[in-house]
Parts: sequence; C-alpha cells; structure tokens
Amino acid sequence: MIIIVIIVLLVIFSVVFSFVSPWTYVPIAADWSEIDLLLTATLWITGAVFVAVSLFMAYALYKYRQSAGNRADFEPENKRLELILAVATSVGVIAMLAPGLVVWNKYITVPDDAKIVEAVGQQWSWAFRLPGEDGEFGLVSTHDIYETPFGVSASDPAGSDDIIIDDNELHLLLGQPVKMVLRSIDVLHNFYVPQFRAKMDLVPGIVTYFWITPTRTGTFEIICAELCGVGHSQMRGYVVVDEKKEYNEWLAEQETYAKLVANERNDNVEYAQNSE
Amino acid sequence: MVSTNIEDSELDSHGPQTFLTKYVWSQDHKVIAIQYMGTATAIGLVALVLSWFMRLQIGFPDTFDFIDSESYYQYVTMHGMIMVIYLLTAFFLGGFGNYLIPLMVGARDMVFPYLNMLSYWFYLLSVIILASSFFVPGGATGAGWTLYPPQSILEGTPGSDWGIILMLVSLIVFIIAFTMGGLNYVITVLQARTEGMTMMRLPLTIWGIFVATIMGLLAFPALFVGGVMMMFDKVLGTSFFIPAIVSMGESLEYGGGSPLLFQHLFWFFGHPEVYIVALPGFGIVSDLISVHARKNIFGYRQMVWAIVIIGALSFIVWAHHMYVSGMDPAFGFFFAITTLIIALPTAIKVYNWVLTLWRGNIHFTLPMLFAIAFVFTFVVGGLTGLFLGNVVVDVPLSDTYFVVAHFHMVMGVAPVLVVFGAIYHWYPKATGRMMNQTMGHIHFWVTFIGTYLIFFPMHFLGFVGIPRRYFTFDGLDFIPESALTLNAAISIAAFVVGAAQMVFLFNLFWSIRNGKKADGNPWRATSMEWQTPQTPPVHGNWGASLPVVHRWAYDYSLPGVEEDFVPQTIPVAEGEMDER
Repeated sequence: MIIIVIIVLLVIFSVVFSFVSPWTYVPIAADWSEIDLLLTATLWITGAVFVAVSLFMAYALYKYRQSAGNRADFEPENKRLELILAVATSVGVIAMLAPGLVVWNKYITVPDDAKIVEAVGQQWSWAFRLPGEDGEFGLVSTHDIYETPFGVSASDPAGSDDIIIDDNELHLLLGQPVKMVLRSIDVLHNFYVPQFRAKMDLVPGIVTYFWITPTRTGTFEIICAELCGVGHSQMRGYVVVDEKKEYNEWLAEQETYAKLVANERNDNVEYAQNSE
Repeated sequence: MVSTNIEDSELDSHGPQTFLTKYVWSQDHKVIAIQYMGTATAIGLVALVLSWFMRLQIGFPDTFDFIDSESYYQYVTMHGMIMVIYLLTAFFLGGFGNYLIPLMVGARDMVFPYLNMLSYWFYLLSVIILASSFFVPGGATGAGWTLYPPQSILEGTPGSDWGIILMLVSLIVFIIAFTMGGLNYVITVLQARTEGMTMMRLPLTIWGIFVATIMGLLAFPALFVGGVMMMFDKVLGTSFFIPAIVSMGESLEYGGGSPLLFQHLFWFFGHPEVYIVALPGFGIVSDLISVHARKNIFGYRQMVWAIVIIGALSFIVWAHHMYVSGMDPAFGFFFAITTLIIALPTAIKVYNWVLTLWRGNIHFTLPMLFAIAFVFTFVVGGLTGLFLGNVVVDVPLSDTYFVVAHFHMVMGVAPVLVVFGAIYHWYPKATGRMMNQTMGHIHFWVTFIGTYLIFFPMHFLGFVGIPRRYFTFDGLDFIPESALTLNAAISIAAFVVGAAQMVFLFNLFWSIRNGKKADGNPWRATSMEWQTPQTPPVHGNWGASLPVVHRWAYDYSLPGVEEDFVPQTIPVAEGEMDER
C-alpha cells in the first residue's frame, strides 16, 4: 500500500520540480528558438504520458490490491484495446518526430549568405581562422603544421589573406549567419556554446560543420563537449557577439596569414642580425 | 521433437561428488550461474565504489586530494564499462540465463555443459584482466567507456599505455566467454525444451534472455573487430582509426584512418547492448508481475513479438548515438525515424505490464515492489529517450547531464531493479529459504526513492547545458551556483543508495542460514522451475524422468479452477477453458 502513496508523491514531486526548477535552458543567443520550442513541447507530451501511466498504475495497484475474496480476471488478450493503444502511441510519436525532422533539415542546410568561420581544436585549446577578402580558405595539411600556423599550405594563394586568430576568443557579427567549419589536429572535440544550442564534433581527418545566426550581443563560453583527455574540462574559449562597429574594430586588429609569415621572416632576420 | 540430451535414468543423481567438481570446476548450470552472479557482484561493487569517488569530486570539488583529473576519468571509464558489460550483461545472461533456461524449459542442463563451464572461467579471466589494469603503470584507461580513438590510445589520456591494452584484451576475452555461453543458451532453448514446451509456451523470461543472447552473438563481433583493430593501431602502428595527427606538438606516424569508423563499430555493438541488458529485464519483469498479481500476462503473443521486433530494430538505430559526431548529417533522418519507431513496441510492453495489474489480485511482495519500481523508472527513462532520439532535440542535450540521467534511468537503475526483484523472487528456489523481509524492505525503499532523487533532477542540469565527463566546472559562468548545490545533494543521495546495497548483500548471506524456510513453490507459480522434485534442484534437475508440459506459463486465476494457479505440468482437464 505504501508503494501507491510513494508513486503518487513521486509524480507530484516530478511535476512540481519541473515547474519550479531554477535549472533550465540558458537564455538563447542564436536563431534556434525552434529547438527550444521542440524541447519544451516534448517535455509537455512526455510529461503528460508519464503522469497518466504512473497514476493509472497507482490506481490499478490500489483498486486490485490483494484482499480476501478478490480473484484476478482471466483475460489473455484484448485485440481492440491493444490496437487503440498502438495507434494512439504512433500518433504521439509522429507528432514529435515530424517537426523534429523539419527543424533538422534546417539545421543541416546552410543558407547561401552564411559567412564561413573555421574553428580548430587541439588538446586543450581553440583557435580560429577567417577566409579573408577572397571568402575562401587556403588549403591546410597536418604535415605543414610545423612550417606554418594551422598547417596552412604556403603554396596555395587562397591562404595568404586568411585571417589567423591564434587566441581562444572569436568574435561574430550580430545577425550574420555563420557556417562554423570545424577541424581538429589531434583527437575528437566538440564545439559547444550552450547559448547557441547548436553543437558538433571536431574530428581529425575530416571537416565538420554547423551553422548559426547570433541573435544577441554578449560574451559566451565555448566548451568542449566530447571527452578529449585529462584537460577536457579545461578546454575553454569565448565567442563575443558584436554590433557592426565593434566587430570591424576587432577584425582590423587581426592579422592575415601573409602578414604573420612576413612578421616571422622579419623576426628571423632580426634575430639573425642580432646574433651576428 | 527431441526433448532431452540426457536419457531418463532410474538412478537418483549421477552428478559429480567431490567438492572441486561440484562447486569449482562445475558443469552444472546452477552452480555456473551462481559463479557468474558472484563474480559480477564482486566487480560490480568495485564499480559502485568508483561511482562514489566520482560523486565525491562532482559534489564536493577540491576536497579530496586522491582524486585528480586523471583518476577521475579512470573512475568514469571503469564505472561505465564494468556496469554495462561485466555486471549487467554477465548477470542477466551468465547469471539468470544459466540458472533459469534449463529449469524453465524443462531440461536437465545446458546442451554443452563443458563449454558452459569454460564460458565462466573465461569470464572470470576477463574480469581479472580488467581489474589488474588498475595496478599497471599509468593505471586503467580513462578514455570513457566508449573508448573513442584517437584519444584512447594517445598521450593526454590516462592509461593510454597499458590501461587501454588490458581493457581491449579483457573485452576480447569477455566476448569469447560470451560466445561460448551464448551459443549454449540459444541452442538449449531451441533443442532441449521438454515434451510439450512449444516456443509459444515459454515464459517471457526465456524469450527475453533468448532474443538478447542472439543479439549479443550478432553485436559483440562488431566490438571484437573494433577492439582488435584498435589494438593493432596501438601496438603495431596500423592506422585503422587514426588519420594524420599532431599529438602534444608531435606529428605521429599515423595517416588515413577514420575515427568515425570506430564509432560505427562501437555503436553497432553498443546500441544492441542496451537491449541485451533490457530484454532479459523486460522478460523477467513480465513474469514477476504476472506471478505476484496472480494474473496471466496481458497480451502474451504481443509481448513475444515486441521482444523480437525490438531486438531486430535495435540493429538499425545505432547512429542515434552519433547525431553530432560529424558523420553525414543526412543519416540523422533515417536514424531518428528508426529510433522513434522502436518506441512503439517498447510502449506496448509498458501498457501490457500495467494492464496485467489491472483486474489482478496484487500481492505486494518484494519482487512485486521491485517490478513496480522498474515500470515506474523505465517509463521515465523511456520517455526521455524520445528527446534524445529526435535528432534535432538531441543537439543541445547531447553530451550533457541529460544523457547521463537518461541512460542511468533506462539501462542502469531499471535493469538493476529487475535484478533485485528477480533475486528476491528466485532466492527460495536456489537456497530453500526466503530472504529477510525487513532488510528487503529497507533495501527496496532506499534504492527506489534514492535512485529517483539522484537521476530525476539530473535531467535539469542537462537542460542548462552542463556537460558530462567534466572533472571540474570551475570558472564556467553559464552554470548557476545553485547547480553545484544540487550536485552536492545528488552526491549525498548516491552515498545513501550505495550504502543500502550493503544491507542487501548482508541479507543475501544472512538468509542462507537464517531465512524463513521455503517450500518448493512459495509464490505458487506455474512455470517449470517451481515444479522441480527437490528444492534447491539437484544435479539433473528433474529426477528420474523429465516433466511433460501441458499448457502455457500463465494459467493464473483460471475460471472454473479453485486454486488461483495451474502449473505447466498439469494436464488440461476436460471442459477447461484453455486453448494453449
């Protein structure tokens, strides 16, 4: 008998907890409110099913508890009831799945006007690259990683105007769709900004992507969401979403690959001269 | 149908008589079952303690010096691997499978008793290899139980020298053990059923174990080859899973491999594995509910088909673990659809359990309490699967505490509740005594309520976006202070629940001598294991001649019969309503 009370109490606890819990989605900062909407809808649908099934079970336990003279029915099957339940469940599942697939289609279809930004992960830090004026990244190769930062290939002219951000802070322009192109030079990582909702693994050997449109300014944490070794929980970065003016100021401070190479050459010359 | 592999004999028992052949190098399925259960429990206790260490760090960071980032990831990894493979898989199939299959189908033993014995000793060997990895230089692997390369074999991950090699060797040995046992279970069910025991008269327990074993035989090879290939990558320098990479500022000799290939192999095993653990649980819980509600299981044929369909479907849903892995995102459509289709047979099972209670005569025994707790927990765990299966909803939740909460509910707590219920249920058959009720109730209430309090709030940490497998949340501004308080509370609940398991263990041993004496069929159940001539059953199970089965396993409260149960061995009386 206590079990019935406990089940009812646990149901009440769960429902109340869901409403008063201070632990909920962090305020969204990207154009993925559909995901939040679907999540909330799923919570309502599954919550209703949970309450219905649990309370029905509790009621059955109460009504048909053992007592003198009580004898169970003998009812091996009830085709009609089974069919109704199967159909009702299918309808519920389709109702959640269909909009989910529509939004997934949007998630994987990058709009034409999206700018590309590359994030490169390694144990345990982030770095970024913008394609520069030509809108194209220069080729990269893991084997070139000692020669040039990021392994940008010196022989590809498209690479010379690439903007290299060897820092854990990336700036994005408010309202501008971005296709985040993801690379890793060592192990699996995952680019995750809780406020953006979106995430994707970085896989060495291939290039992965997702896209977002930042919808409010601010500084947001980038965290790694795929176990990548002992420093996993320390692999942090920041995304700063700026208005046009601040964004351009930041952009002007960044250096191109060609400039970096030139600086390095100068440094080397200076070093050579000094040591002579 | 050939119904037995051992001829009827007038001799009482021709089993082995020395201590060594009877209890150590035993070929008796019942002894092997208990060996399996004992070993699984022992290594499971290690995993329990590891979870305490994890919770110490999560709940009270920077308080305990012996936990650093390296050891934390080792705890995480070994806890997961032990619980999933070495405890749950071994307990359900090696333990209950061994004990119950021959008894429930009316056989004298497994069809290959010697192979069965070998299966156990290989299992023990795999556990020893696994446990030894704690003591090698560098310690056990800390790659997460998924062992994703490249990090699992590279510097930067704890145990990337010896730990990972021993882990892979242990898994390979385990799979060999499982294959020997598994072939045995399947063939025993197919070939050694006694006269009259048709497939559609088998108790659902056997159906669950049978289908889960077939799935294991098909799924484990994927892990086997994945393990061997990773071993080659690690030891021989091949590049199955490793592309050209730079690790710790050093360019490695690898090139051309695919990390995603391992993930596909792993989850082609890993997803069916979830159901390998769940299906025996489904089967057992169906029987517990039926026996203790004194009512036939509702929709038996549907339940059988649901088990078979879930088993088949579970082989085409694996990539739902990989929605954000970087595989071609178009796969997301296919795997979201298959994953949500599997919700249908699963939901039908839940409905049928609840409908079995409806119009029953419910006895609130310990096995029944655990069965009810299972249904309740499984409903929560199953429903949260609808979030994660629905590809785009998975995106924000993937790799957060929501996932941790979901899989612990659905394949951690729920199956473990079944294991407990089943032990309370079959203990009198195995020992001739009942387990102590008071200790049983303490164990039940703390476990049921405690696990719910641990894992229900955890879903909400996932909504915040708090990532799993984090040694520290220090300096993460998006995490509210209150979440850390909640973590501390969850940790305390986890310690209490863990402590309650000690009560259970004590009861297990205490009741062997001090438990109330039980007769051969204390629950007044219909299925064959309760109809043995002796309790505990002796070598050969059935005495001089094998029993004959006349009906299905669910003739409870049959109209026109005074008793509320009719054992499977009783012939169908004239005019009795029974079409099975």
